[in-house]
Amino acid sequence: MGEHHSTYVPNTGIERWIDARLPIVRLMHDSAVSYPVPRNLNYFWTFGGILMFMLVSQIITGIVLVMHYTPHVDYAFSSVEHIMRDVNYGWLMRYAHANGASMFFIAVYIHIFRGMYYGSYKAPRELLWILGVVIFLLMMATAFMGYVLPWGQMSFWGATVITNLFSAIPVVGEAIVTWLWGGYSVDNPTLNRFFSLHYLLPFMIFGVVILHVWALHHVGQNNPSGVEVKNYKKDTVPFTPFATVKDAFALVCFLMVFAWFVFFHPNFLGHADNYIPADPLKTPAHIVPEWYFLPFYGILRAIPDKLGGVVAMFASIAILAFLPWLDTSKVKSGAYRPAFKIFFWVFVLVAILLGYTGSQPTDQAVLTLGGRTILDMVGFAQILTVMYFAYFVVVLPLLGLFEKPKPLPASIADSVLASGHAH
Amino acid sequence: MNSLSRSLGVAAIVATGFAFAAPAFAAGAGEKPPRQTWSFYGPFGTYDKAQLQRGFKVYRENCASCHGLSKLSFRNLSEPGGPGFTDGQVRTLAAEYKVKDGPNEAGDMFERPARPSDRFPKPFANDELAKAANNGAVPPDFSVIAKARSYERGFPTYLFDIVTQYQQQGPDYITALLTGYEAPPKGVKVEDGLHWNKYFPGNKIAMSNPLLAMFDDAGKASDPNYYTDGTPVTKLQVAKDVTAFLMWAAEPKMEERKRTGVKVMLWLIVLAGLLFMLKKRIWSRLDAEPSKAH
Repeated sequence: MGEHHSTYVPNTGIERWIDARLPIVRLMHDSAVSYPVPRNLNYFWTFGGILMFMLVSQIITGIVLVMHYTPHVDYAFSSVEHIMRDVNYGWLMRYAHANGASMFFIAVYIHIFRGMYYGSYKAPRELLWILGVVIFLLMMATAFMGYVLPWGQMSFWGATVITNLFSAIPVVGEAIVTWLWGGYSVDNPTLNRFFSLHYLLPFMIFGVVILHVWALHHVGQNNPSGVEVKNYKKDTVPFTPFATVKDAFALVCFLMVFAWFVFFHPNFLGHADNYIPADPLKTPAHIVPEWYFLPFYGILRAIPDKLGGVVAMFASIAILAFLPWLDTSKVKSGAYRPAFKIFFWVFVLVAILLGYTGSQPTDQAVLTLGGRTILDMVGFAQILTVMYFAYFVVVLPLLGLFEKPKPLPASIADSVLASGHAH
Repeated sequence: MNSLSRSLGVAAIVATGFAFAAPAFAAGAGEKPPRQTWSFYGPFGTYDKAQLQRGFKVYRENCASCHGLSKLSFRNLSEPGGPGFTDGQVRTLAAEYKVKDGPNEAGDMFERPARPSDRFPKPFANDELAKAANNGAVPPDFSVIAKARSYERGFPTYLFDIVTQYQQQGPDYITALLTGYEAPPKGVKVEDGLHWNKYFPGNKIAMSNPLLAMFDDAGKASDPNYYTDGTPVTKLQVAKDVTAFLMWAAEPKMEERKRTGVKVMLWLIVLAGLLFMLKKRIWSRLDAEPSKAH
């Protein structure tokens, strides 16, 4: 669809004047109005727009919060309470920001799983996919540092545990940790630099999002059939009004879930311990990260060796970037891959269960027989970790060679006709 | 997605449910606190002003000498969505406290009666003093204590909580703790300075029963007219009242939040309905002549 030529016609003198000098209105028209989208996109394709909304929402609420927050170990916790109590609608800003992070991750996980199911990472969308993985990594770094800022018990101890991971690096590990902390423990310099980076990274995310969207608009969207656009008159509809109205409807539905948490259940996704001010002398009984990190935390703890655990955890994210080459199947959409479909849903289940193991104490029994523990949480996490990586390095490479896909529709228009439904 | 993948997904979720329906509790955890009824439960729940006023009385007379409310100002007591004291009452109340101010023109710090704009003074000048007076443990500040205490709900109960709106783990725990003091089980030795409480994680708590003086061994109130509004003075009632007060202290904007939330939800529902109809209408153009969309 990259060759789709501009249909913008400047109608007024001012528009013609601007268009001749900086064709910015043309750019917006071509990418948000006339941009052709496959007409068979389902609601899973609305999460890109939802994510864009969440990024902007996080930036706006964040900027307002910074006006009232104090990044100092003695005042951070109190300044958050000041926001909750004394700032007009401060409670709304803070709860929208804290829950917004969770909503952002819910949306991004749906977005990622959608891409994995429909093979959106395959040629010619490899760079688009890799940019997405970069955004995901930046999001994780941003969210982690944001959670440290209220300086509660989980903030402090989460920061301690995660920064300590770098000490596993041979020879220079300890020096790197000291450098990250700006001292010999998590303290005021750590809080200050995390605050600085927490403010910087969202704008870096924004930059990579622009590249992500640029790549998307160059190669065009994938679609549930996985068949590329052949005849854009028959296979696509213009972004506006078709995708715009559908995205808007999906966004408002998503906002209802968001509002449910913000207004009626604002602390559900957080941890009670983070309402206890940070105390370096008191370790909480269970240090758990935010829910969206739990699968990776589960992998980290599954490996008995510290360095091995850290490598496995980072590898579990980095391996996503290699998906375009690990999946050997020529067929993009999982809808036409009977065996893939089963493995995909098993993978989703494995990811959720890894999250469960990450939330539980490591010595907890999972299976008991006659009062004896035959499988504890670490053992369970190890099985799941093997399954997680097997999906990437065993299942996907081999499946493409042995699986017999169902016949593909000749075109997107045909697939729409076959389903007897235009939308 | 076809029906196969959908049924697989459902099977996966069900399987997870079976595998973890009975989560084990960490060793040494206290008993699960019983559920209480709270006026602030649910999307339309509000604080009971009279209960907050009673709870404040209980706090002041039984807790305040050790546990501060450092994030609260006296003025909060007369603000909307709270106990609803009058401005006059708050001014009188504040004046009973002394706060440090200064320096004055001579460069000296001085003490003066508190004003409504002042925060509640801390009960101890510093943590070391608090420790020295309390067997080595600092009594925690109560400003957000009702949100800082919880207990494990377990899978899948916590997922149902999203729908049922149960989020009173903190209040339920605090009420349980206040009513959970009892003699230790036979053969269990409780060290000096510790007390047995069946709801406290580990069961041995440094704090002595704060309501001890209010009730005799049979649980009868030593002063049946402790409350001036005629509310019966029972251990559970007193515990619930002070808990409700602490919940308000931790979440003073709850009523405003829920009120705003109801409006936001209604607005979103209407907007979603309109957008859905608009979407149907726009996409129906494709039924007539698909290739004319551009």
